[in-house]
Amino acid sequence: MSRHTLSVLVENKPGVLTRVAGLFARRAFNIHSLAVGPTEHADISRITVVVDVDERPLEQVTKQLNKLINVIKIVELENESSVQRELLLVKVRAEGDQRTHVLEVVNLFRAHVVDVVPDAVVIEATGSPGKLDALLVALAPFGIREIVQSGIVAIGRGARSITDRTLERVGRSA
Amino acid sequence: MAPGPHPTPPRPAPRSAGETVPAPPVTRPVHEKMTGAQMIVRSLEALGVEHVFGIPGGTILPTYDPLMDSSIRHYLVRHEQGAGHAATGYAHVTGKVGVCIATSGPGATNLVTPLADANLDSVPVVAITGQVGSTLIGTDAFQEADIVGVTMPITKHSILVKDPAEIPNAIASAFHIAGTGRPGPVVVDIAKSAQVAEAVFDWPQRLVLPGYHPVTKPHAKQVREAARLLATARRPVILVGGGVIRAGASERLRALVEVSGAPACTTLTAIGALPDDHPQHLGMPGMHGTVAAVAALQKADLIVALGTRFDDRVTGQLSTFAPKAAIVHADIDPAEIGKNKAVDVPIVGDLREVLTDLVPELEREHTQHGKPDLEAWWRQVDAWRETFPLGYDEPSDGLMAPQSVISRIGRAAGPEAVYVAGVGQHQMWASQFITYQRPRSWLNSAGLGTMGYAIPAAMGAKVGAPDRTVWAIDGDGCFQMTNQELATCVINEIPIKVAIINNSSLGMVRQWQTLFYEERYSNTDLHTGHGTMRVPDFVKLADAYGAVGMRCESKADIDATIAKAMEIDDRPVVVDFTVSRDAMVWPMVAAGVSNDDIQYARGITPAWDRED
Repeated sequence: MSRHTLSVLVENKPGVLTRVAGLFARRAFNIHSLAVGPTEHADISRITVVVDVDERPLEQVTKQLNKLINVIKIVELENESSVQRELLLVKVRAEGDQRTHVLEVVNLFRAHVVDVVPDAVVIEATGSPGKLDALLVALAPFGIREIVQSGIVAIGRGARSITDRTLERVGRSA
Repeated sequence: MAPGPHPTPPRPAPRSAGETVPAPPVTRPVHEKMTGAQMIVRSLEALGVEHVFGIPGGTILPTYDPLMDSSIRHYLVRHEQGAGHAATGYAHVTGKVGVCIATSGPGATNLVTPLADANLDSVPVVAITGQVGSTLIGTDAFQEADIVGVTMPITKHSILVKDPAEIPNAIASAFHIAGTGRPGPVVVDIAKSAQVAEAVFDWPQRLVLPGYHPVTKPHAKQVREAARLLATARRPVILVGGGVIRAGASERLRALVEVSGAPACTTLTAIGALPDDHPQHLGMPGMHGTVAAVAALQKADLIVALGTRFDDRVTGQLSTFAPKAAIVHADIDPAEIGKNKAVDVPIVGDLREVLTDLVPELEREHTQHGKPDLEAWWRQVDAWRETFPLGYDEPSDGLMAPQSVISRIGRAAGPEAVYVAGVGQHQMWASQFITYQRPRSWLNSAGLGTMGYAIPAAMGAKVGAPDRTVWAIDGDGCFQMTNQELATCVINEIPIKVAIINNSSLGMVRQWQTLFYEERYSNTDLHTGHGTMRVPDFVKLADAYGAVGMRCESKADIDATIAKAMEIDDRPVVVDFTVSRDAMVWPMVAAGVSNDDIQYARGITPAWDRED
């Protein structure tokens, strides 16, 4: 099983996310995480999908995705040549003396406290999945009350933009 | 076993990738204010639509009003499934996009089967469905069903329209998507509120489909490589799929077959792409294919697969399919290449263009390096052909052999007729015992295996090709699923001919019960045939519809009955051929078994030369 991060540029139209998610389900491709949001162009949304490819080759995933009429472009982002981040919000027990220790961990991981009540804090952290896992391990002894985590978003390193040509093309035909 | 990585086919840069295409001109002035309903009709007219099949209902009512004044002929079917299959039959025979119309909710959900059917067999169909008013969407309103959601996995595309101004563009896009690239069904679901509201009719000059740009022109290097392999292979086979017919590439296929000198076989969807009597034609491969076709693929050192998808009914157990063959795979759908079978030379492109490039490339190879010597291969292939020809035994119960009935229909109606089968034993026999000589003469539900396909599809085919004789070769089970369209045929004067190959049972299921379930015939007896209650009596049923009903029960009457049916041209004819229920389809590769274990007849597997 290998893990791959795909950036999928799609038309910003109703139902597109359903089409993509439905395709994964019916072709038995495994989604590890999925995040969707707007881009610099109002007509284009960007889906970052992390897939676990078992026996079915990644090529079949991208080819099937490409067949969806609303999918404009698919780029695989390699770990080394891209920045990949998740957002984590975690509610941790932090009473009395414990609070200082919790805050130490927060500082160590360059995370932030975004909400405080007498017996708990909410911590916000971004980073690679590995870093966030390590943070959770460090916080576990204090008592984790609640976790919410986003899917991975990713962008290629360097000056090039994967939307450049796409923008040109959408702009021209619009 | 994990398939290895597949070479990615090189794809030429998409043309001006925005893929804007010219839309067809409108004959009447544009920029006119009208209702959405009028726009639907106007758009269909602009696209050259002449025939549509459908049933009105609450949410599509507004559109049926302007349809009355249109040049488009609407056929009022008796069930929406009939409309869908009729559109498919029409599209298959004409090569044009077939159109069906239904109302929201149950009307739309009744289209699900024909849409799935068209999707698996790559037939260009546009379904226009009414939807509840836009303010009611999502409220579980009367006759509301999310048909775009329902059909997402079984269509090429689907569009929900809530704004009347978007109607022309949606319909033009739907036709473009359905009919280009790998053809398929497209749903346009239009809210009733959008049909009633007025807007300016603005026919799109260009279609904006930034994510849709099918590659049609094959990569020259891949074509050269394919030619090189074909010129040097010692045991080549050309495996022809339905894509060749969709692409209108039959003539070019014939050129490739003849220039290469290689044996060829046509899959169930490709029958007629190469004339059956062509000396290099081995017949159909797969589960009920000929021994020669199945064996040739198993022993081949090269398979040139054209517009086919290595379906499980063709390959049998995939891991043991054609183990020694290099694979050249040409298809317009890049996702098919390497999906099931690892490919050595991938070619993405329209089959017409692929073959146009491949034939001269192959000739060049021959000029430079000489024609390959295929004599030994042909000796082997011919030995299979001679030893294991298609055939059948007369049944021991004294009833008619279904194969005999079907082959005589084929002889009487000839190669210009259109033959439309249901699904099951009769379908396989019709594929085996009729000689097909041209494309678009054989229609069936191959991928989905939809029982009930034949009658409505034959109706659509006859509308599309009124000058050709159209025979539906149907089963007694299939016929009972969609025979209501005989009413449509009688009233609209669509004189199809129906041969019910009546073995009084769900024959193919019964065959499997005979072979794999110790002759325990659970729920396969239909009580329609010889010596039964005959429920229903097909002759009376035909009569009730105003069609001509006939029954044929003995061998001696077969030809005379067919001749009589051939003479009737003003009404549909239904002939109830009561045949033996014990006839079986052979050869057969059991499901999931290796093609090496093909049985020529029950318990008889060819002894392969172990040296091979």
